[in-house]
Amino acid sequence: MVLTLGHFLSLGAILFALSVVGIFLNRRNLIVLLMAIELMLLAVNTNFVAFSHYLHDMHGQIFVFFILTVAAAESAIGLAILVLLFRNKSSISVDELNTLKG
Amino acid sequence: MSVTTGLFYVFSTIMLLAAFRVITARNPIHAVLFLVLTFFQAAMIWMLLKAEFLAITLVLVYVGAVMVLFLFVVMMMDINMEDLRRGFWKHFPFAAIVGVVIALEMSAVLMGGFRVVDDPASVANVAPVSNTKELGKVLYTQYIYPLEVAAAILLVAMIAAIALTLRARKDSKFISPSDQVRVKSRDRLKVVKLAATKPAASAPPVSTTQVEK
Repeated sequence: MVLTLGHFLSLGAILFALSVVGIFLNRRNLIVLLMAIELMLLAVNTNFVAFSHYLHDMHGQIFVFFILTVAAAESAIGLAILVLLFRNKSSISVDELNTLKG
Repeated sequence: MSVTTGLFYVFSTIMLLAAFRVITARNPIHAVLFLVLTFFQAAMIWMLLKAEFLAITLVLVYVGAVMVLFLFVVMMMDINMEDLRRGFWKHFPFAAIVGVVIALEMSAVLMGGFRVVDDPASVANVAPVSNTKELGKVLYTQYIYPLEVAAAILLVAMIAAIALTLRARKDSKFISPSDQVRVKSRDRLKVVKLAATKPAASAPPVSTTQVEK
């Protein structure tokens, strides 16, 4: 039994589905939502690395490099917003984010 | 079954279990620690795919910096989890069905359509060049402008994170020198026009307690 590209892609798919379920379950908890988004990006990155390996193309790994950069920036700003939210509302519940509702 | 295949199954099993614990953990600190475990297993799987540079970057940058940032933020906040987890298991059956359908359909298509295996000839003939060197060659020639844009994105993110969380202290005795220089005489003394006598009808009766104050 030898490893194929399909094994790695399926692993990415299962991880992605798990994080979709995580977003669904933790609708109120903003910090777990951010973690689930990190998991999604990890699944996508695994796909890129697997394709890059099996198709002998270096450009997939370059993409992973840039996705890691943008994901780091995203989580830094997301956590800053989270701290700001907690300072103002004393809670991180998504239910309380209805100030813009008309 | 070769060693690589066995390692793949071990790493992916641990990774999926840790990811499941991330989304169901009651304590957010446990969730962050399981997320660290997930990223570590992912780095190992990337290592199996011969992407050493990215695997080490994932451990150093992600586990070392971003996850520690998560841990800081989680530990800094006093979160009431009972309120946040209200109705958590109510939607679990539906979420599980949706997730299983997504995973099964994607896996069926991917396992059926992508049975690409490592070409034995190309594996045998591959030149002993490091992955890092190859990545660097492409990154610093063909992708030099995207690399600079990525650097700018990191800078903007840093400035944004600082600007969002910066808070001036209210009890600070700081005095702005430029305000002191620019002050005019009319800013120091303000003449307020008052009526010489108040109309007796509109004046409220003065109570004794107010006078004492």
